[in-house]
Amino acid sequence: MASELNRLTIADAAARLKKREITAADLTRDCLDRIKAIDPKLRAFLTVCADEAMKQAEDADRRLAKGDAPALCGIPLGIKDIYATKGVRTTCASKILKNFVPPFDATVIERLRAEGAVFVGKTNLDEFAMGSSTENSAFGPTLNPCDLERVSGGSSGGSAAAVAAHECLGSLGTDTGGSIREPASFCGVVGIKPTYSRVSRFGVIAYASSLDQVGPFAKTVRDAAILMRTLAGKDPRDSTCSARAVPDYEQALIGNVKGLRIGLPKEYFVEGMQPEVEQSVRAALKNFESLGATAVDVSLPHTGYAVAAYYLVATAEASANLARYDGIRYGLRVNAEDPIALYEMTRARGFGAEVKRRIMLGTFALSAGYYDAYYLKGQKVRTLIRRDFERAFEKCDLILTPVAPATAFKLGEKTDDPLTMYLSDIFTISVNLAGLPGMAMPCGYDAKNLPIGMQLIGPPFSEESILRAGDAWERSGAIKSRPPVI
Amino acid sequence: MAETKISLEQVRHVARLARMELDPREEEQLRSAMSQMLGYVEKLNELDTKDVPPTAQVGDIGTAMRADEVTNHPAPDAMLANAPARDRNYFKVPKIIE
Repeated sequence: MASELNRLTIADAAARLKKREITAADLTRDCLDRIKAIDPKLRAFLTVCADEAMKQAEDADRRLAKGDAPALCGIPLGIKDIYATKGVRTTCASKILKNFVPPFDATVIERLRAEGAVFVGKTNLDEFAMGSSTENSAFGPTLNPCDLERVSGGSSGGSAAAVAAHECLGSLGTDTGGSIREPASFCGVVGIKPTYSRVSRFGVIAYASSLDQVGPFAKTVRDAAILMRTLAGKDPRDSTCSARAVPDYEQALIGNVKGLRIGLPKEYFVEGMQPEVEQSVRAALKNFESLGATAVDVSLPHTGYAVAAYYLVATAEASANLARYDGIRYGLRVNAEDPIALYEMTRARGFGAEVKRRIMLGTFALSAGYYDAYYLKGQKVRTLIRRDFERAFEKCDLILTPVAPATAFKLGEKTDDPLTMYLSDIFTISVNLAGLPGMAMPCGYDAKNLPIGMQLIGPPFSEESILRAGDAWERSGAIKSRPPVI
Repeated sequence: MAETKISLEQVRHVARLARMELDPREEEQLRSAMSQMLGYVEKLNELDTKDVPPTAQVGDIGTAMRADEVTNHPAPDAMLANAPARDRNYFKVPKIIE
């Protein structure tokens, strides 16, 4: 019988590893045993790296034995299969990259490796991170560990489910329109989309480059802060990455929100949303007030235009980014007599339906005669959305919203209608357009025991403030008990 | 539902631009899906953006400068390890020039 060390938080596990009460090898073995036991059902992982992980754990134990090991030494993590991992297959959940083995590590993987983190495997996602449920994965969906008939959310559904189901202690995702926050909310874990440019994206397979951002999943806000500390910071290989100094995010968790002004935007409480979600987020605000924060009404008037602006900007950028999958240097190739036919057949065979839809829409939005009416219009509305937030942050320090209008939906419920699927991101998409940091964390459960997520949004580079508020809320014990997962 | 936003001919033209072969069923599905999305994004026209500058990039971005030094070295086998077809140190492709 496993000792269930896999249920520990990163903070607790790190403390016990340092004191040598537990070993990284035992901790990793418990995670791998858990994966073996439940992942055939859950399908959070596309690739499990059992042997490599055990070897990394043994290396970590040697380092820990010497003392003075870094915070993440020996901590088992799951990695979204969108990060280049040297020598480990990286598919982006696409048939076009089914057999791709990168010859290099993404910068954030390099950083985690240097700290001695253990990689238990590569997690499932919607193909090329395009989706809100992982149902667009070429290798089948990841199920929700709270209810196996429901989706895990997306696109980083595998990373969220793996942490929620205790298959690893933390994980990495990416967020272009909500791809960390929505699955975190659906699975009942913490997920952060940092400020645009806070974390390097070198070695992260690109979807929409002006929106994509790297971020962690964790069981607690403190764990997310510990991961952020290692992920964030300047990278000479990513010219879009900020050179600002990285604060010690864990040190920021002082448990105090006195005087914090929390804005509640009226546009995020809309008709048709699940009443329990609204009630739960409003109750969370009351908890914040009881901790000494002040509630402020704010308005983000262009919220209703965000999804439309996003689907022009993101698909246009995607159509350019995905032009590289041409069957020449790596990935799938369908042979043909001439190179044009080779490209066309390779891309026809390699991409799934949603990826094709987005490439087509984006190509159209950028094509001669339509650029101004679509792509440029989208970028202009993006300015209006950014200004909404700037104005709101004159009145408040953080904004509190639901993450999604409803809790996790059933598999197949939205696959027939792309637009309905897109609208599940209405509360997360604006944050990407404005380049702001946003954190999803559980704030309650609905009558079916499905997690409800709240989102804290801040001005650029306010991660410390978001983490401090989230941690104070979490520690106040506002959530009495958490229903069991699979 | 705005079913006629885009014609089959336009779908085929965009598919050629995107270098993607589509079968007739996909052409029809994409015509319908793209029409739906193009109808949906029309709501942006409710907003007067005549004097609004576009946002192409957000975040803390200037021009990143670094020393012009070689940081990687030729590794043809690593570079070619994922090649669908290889001939010595080259990616092999179908004939381009007659």
